[in-house]
Amino acid sequence: MIAILDYGMGNLKSIYNMFKKIGIQSVITSDTKTIKNADKYLLPGVGSFDHGINSLKSAPFFETLEKEVLENKKPILGICLGMQLLTNSSEEGKEKGLGWIDAKTIKFDFEDKSLAVPHMGWNSVCPTSQDGLFKDLDENRFYFVHSYYVVCNDEANILGVTNYGANFTSSVHKDNIYGVQFHPEKSHKFGMKLLKNFGES
Amino acid sequence: MLQKRVIPCLLLHKGGLYKTQKFKKPTYIGDPINAIKIFNEKEVDELMFVDIDATTQNKEPNYKMIEDIASECFMPLCYGGGVKNIEQMKKIYALGVEKISLSSSAVLNPELIREAASIFGNQSVIVTVDVKKDFWGKKKVFINNGAKNTKLDVIEFIKKVENLGAGEIVVNSVDHDGEMNGYDAQLLKEIKSSTKVPIIALGGAGNLNHIKEAFEITKVDAVACGSMFVYQGPLRGVLISYPPYQKIQEILGNK
Repeated sequence: MIAILDYGMGNLKSIYNMFKKIGIQSVITSDTKTIKNADKYLLPGVGSFDHGINSLKSAPFFETLEKEVLENKKPILGICLGMQLLTNSSEEGKEKGLGWIDAKTIKFDFEDKSLAVPHMGWNSVCPTSQDGLFKDLDENRFYFVHSYYVVCNDEANILGVTNYGANFTSSVHKDNIYGVQFHPEKSHKFGMKLLKNFGES
Repeated sequence: MLQKRVIPCLLLHKGGLYKTQKFKKPTYIGDPINAIKIFNEKEVDELMFVDIDATTQNKEPNYKMIEDIASECFMPLCYGGGVKNIEQMKKIYALGVEKISLSSSAVLNPELIREAASIFGNQSVIVTVDVKKDFWGKKKVFINNGAKNTKLDVIEFIKKVENLGAGEIVVNSVDHDGEMNGYDAQLLKEIKSSTKVPIIALGGAGNLNHIKEAFEITKVDAVACGSMFVYQGPLRGVLISYPPYQKIQEILGNK
């Protein structure tokens, strides 16, 4: 069972709908006991960094989640802001991130002003590994909406790269911790395959 | 690289899917859920649904139908029609919709745009501007499904909603709606040259060349189409379609 973490941020229903479509059991929940018993976690997120991290850290289930992820090594996948929360900090806010991935989140800043921010629409992801999340995905087309992106301090944590103005990290991983900047739940069969890979890994 | 988006725009009317011409003569196309299943298979970039009854009949958005649509929609989804306040928007986003389009409300209560953008983020708040020629041939902003002339200047209005925080603007030409003769290039060009906010062209596409022209000549950021994806042939036989991904890429030079 995958627990889709409900801490008041983001489009949880779309993620639930896609898990349902691909036959993977999931539950939208903020219940500590349910979260403790879950096998995996999905950390969604739409909105601002500080509001997101404060809401997550003040959720009653947060300590349980931290223990399950960091000590019991249960897999977690952060989506969009959920991925950014995994990092140490963000230029969007003042609060500290989770620091589960050694990285920082910074704002797109282009000299070419014809490049719009947010980066919104379909773009491709070039995975650094054909295993794990991107297994058996020969085409990697995903839907993005974001103004900030993640910069890893350790290159080994980069799982996928996307080009918008320049190359940026669009997916990260470290042991049992994964993050994607795009929205797999809104990315057709590509997203279905990625979530299936996460669900079945 | 970021791809140019081509967005089917579908109209909800009397619980079914309809297509209009110049905002009139609604013609039945089919069942919305069935249409979504087809568009899912065709891997469309994004979908836009507009309930054309909600505002004119002063009805609440049909949450049940929105939920049914969202639960089948594995691509970004925009809903428009009858949205007047934050509470309604909260409900709609929670059903699994990414973007909400404000149209009549954007004219009657522009502050809603600012408030919504600050709560839900700019990218989630779309404004659809219905543009129609008035009696003297001047293009003005219309509301209530093209029935009421607000007398507002199109460019001024778009600048205003841009400043209020609209994430994208759909420019819908009432005069080109369902005509399948191409977009209003002149208007779109003028809008693009005087605003920064992403512009989505709607109204008039009949074939892929119209789409190509819109991107190349008017420099719009995305296009939306109704008739082109629900009709086939000169007699307008109903057939839901969407060009294969490779073909769109080829024509638009995305690669």
